[in-house]
Amino acid sequence: MLEGASSRRILGIWLRVLALDRWRLGEGLAEGEGADAHPLALIAETAHGPRIAAANAAGLTAGAQEGMMLADARTLCPDLTVVPSDPAGDLAFLEKLAGWALRWGPWSALDPPDGLLVDVTGVAHLFGGEAALLADARRAFARRRLANRMAIAPTAGAAWALAHHGPDGAILREGDDPVQRLSSLPVAALRLDGDVLTVLRRLGLKRLGDLDAVARDALVRRFRNRRSASGNPLMRMDQLLGRVPEPLLPVLVAHAPLVQRRLLEPIRHLALLEQVVRDLSADMERVLEGRGEGARRLELGLWKVDGELVVRKVEMAAPSRAAAHLAGLFARRIEDVDAGFGIEMVRLRAPWCEPLDLAQGDLEHAGEEGEARGTSLAACVDRLTVRLGAEAVRRPVPFASHMPERAQRWQEPLAPLKTSQVTSDFKIRPLKMLDKPEPISVIYETPDGLPRRFRWRGATHDVLRSEGPERIAPEWWRERGAVRLRDYYRIEDATGRRYWIYRCGVVGDGRGGVPAWFLQGVFG
Amino acid sequence: MTSHPSLSLPTAAELGATRLGEQQGARWAPGQAGETTAHGEIFASGDEGAGAALALALALDRQQARAPDPLADTPDMRMWLWVQDRKALARSGRPYRAGLPESLRDRLIHVAVKSPEDALFALEEGLRCRDLAFVIGEISGNPRALDMTASRRLGLAAERHGVPFWLVRLDARRDLSSARMRWEVASAPSLAPRWNVQAPGAPSWQAQLFRARRHPPGQWLLRGDGRLVAETGGAAPELQNTLAHAKEGGGA
Repeated sequence: MLEGASSRRILGIWLRVLALDRWRLGEGLAEGEGADAHPLALIAETAHGPRIAAANAAGLTAGAQEGMMLADARTLCPDLTVVPSDPAGDLAFLEKLAGWALRWGPWSALDPPDGLLVDVTGVAHLFGGEAALLADARRAFARRRLANRMAIAPTAGAAWALAHHGPDGAILREGDDPVQRLSSLPVAALRLDGDVLTVLRRLGLKRLGDLDAVARDALVRRFRNRRSASGNPLMRMDQLLGRVPEPLLPVLVAHAPLVQRRLLEPIRHLALLEQVVRDLSADMERVLEGRGEGARRLELGLWKVDGELVVRKVEMAAPSRAAAHLAGLFARRIEDVDAGFGIEMVRLRAPWCEPLDLAQGDLEHAGEEGEARGTSLAACVDRLTVRLGAEAVRRPVPFASHMPERAQRWQEPLAPLKTSQVTSDFKIRPLKMLDKPEPISVIYETPDGLPRRFRWRGATHDVLRSEGPERIAPEWWRERGAVRLRDYYRIEDATGRRYWIYRCGVVGDGRGGVPAWFLQGVFG
Repeated sequence: MTSHPSLSLPTAAELGATRLGEQQGARWAPGQAGETTAHGEIFASGDEGAGAALALALALDRQQARAPDPLADTPDMRMWLWVQDRKALARSGRPYRAGLPESLRDRLIHVAVKSPEDALFALEEGLRCRDLAFVIGEISGNPRALDMTASRRLGLAAERHGVPFWLVRLDARRDLSSARMRWEVASAPSLAPRWNVQAPGAPSWQAQLFRARRHPPGQWLLRGDGRLVAETGGAAPELQNTLAHAKEGGGA
């Protein structure tokens, strides 16, 4: 857990005057424009009468302060305009912002009343580094006319502290010592309740560094009755330094479909496990059917009695929820599971799902068994992939390159083809290419350099017909400078065998000795 | 590689099949839709591309012959499967997209497997798939796994699901098999192209059908340039001998 916490990167965002910014947005005013040029306060109704929740710049100059009774502020500044505040609206707005802030990371959480936390672990490179990410986020918030302060740190606590009390745009890097970097921040950076802050101030503890100076035992004793994190500076300090985890609730939660079986008796035999997997697949099919989805990736977790957890993953070429198919895919993957003392719980989870509508059953073959109908292409590819590996089942796609071996790449069989403008269809290419061009030894050659007779794989071939050369120059933007050009020839030997051979380099190109000949392709 | 077919005497079984074939069916010719199930075996050398090329040509020929079906208003654009075991891949190379027939280029699913057992598994999975246009397998030599039982299994799967299937046997001897048509193929000198007589022409193959259920055995000079064309007249002298031999065998 600690390792996980230390390697995280959290972006803390503090919207300094969220309520006022929101009021200005609602009125369509820029800062200091129109009604905002005069003293103005947002007020909240309390048990003791209206109290100021926020005041604008002119209001602050005139003496109105946050938390002040409205009556007191009126005495200081009689022409103070008053607008009711809207905390519920602010929170709803913040929630929308949290969804919007997902553009900087896969996961974001609310930090009420006026903050956001975004998990930016491992995404900074998409923006060109953490500093650039921060700048991008600040620009985006500024464009929405929201005053903000931000920081990136390994923990939510540190990010909050730096955003509120640190230098603007601070980044606490992985290697930095948080104790030292944060020691000069005020204790208010610990997200504590007001009364606790008062206690600390009275104790003379003003900076985070001061807390470290005091013996920990003394602080533990002083705050022994404070159970909640916001009342206990030590707990907050540990959260800030990542010593204890701080759970955060993400705004958008994706619930992966999940089914499980707790087994009365731990199972140790494959046949029983297969039955359990079949049952789980049937459950999963029902769950997915209800959601109108099909699984692309499935994780099977096997909890063993001795505390071990075995996980098996399966990926599918196309979304599917057919129980028989899912169970069939796992049947091959669970063969090698060591059950040990037994498996007590099995759980099937579908972390990656895609929409899959309900389909009309096949009327034509309704009466037949599933076997007789044949499998679908996706199911066939899945089965092949599970047994043979993803590397074994592929399809060739064109690639923009002149080099024949580079002009073809391989991708997953059912992934969509990229559109391409590679149009070398007029060139005649062999049906098959050898993975590695094989050298041929020229026995004697014609005056223009083409072999007349050559030896390949122990057999002699007489070249009767030929066409060429097709000169393919090395791709200097991909290769080293010393690579030689190739002259390709299509040849046919006396028995009609057709090959694609090339000479690597020409005499006197200054890139090596006598050019060698290779056989690269076989025509049909 | 077996000895050349013309040098070995036809076996009793072959002769029997010949007579039966003559009674049952006409001589094979390209462009016939043929029987509903296609399960062929093609013996070829691993040093040339004739085996796979003939399999593709036969598959296309079958597809073109079937096209006039009034119900088939759209061309068959299903994917097709090409399974190669490791030896076959190393010996004869990997499919090259730009060299495939144009209508098949974008539809290939290639499966490269390590052992013949895996190849048989992949072939059977492919044959049981209703969304495949046809399946081509390429297996090198005579592995133990590919016996009569395995061949029959594949044949049954192809028959049951109606997926045409050609198995290319590289450098293999003719062992027992349940294939409905068994070919032996080698490259043949091509005709000179019209514009450049020095250049290799359209692919030509010298193909021998040595076992078939519906057709008498025979020998053809096949030319494949878009369409499969059979020529027997222009056969090389060596081929003429073979043909004569086959006729003797057929009349005996």
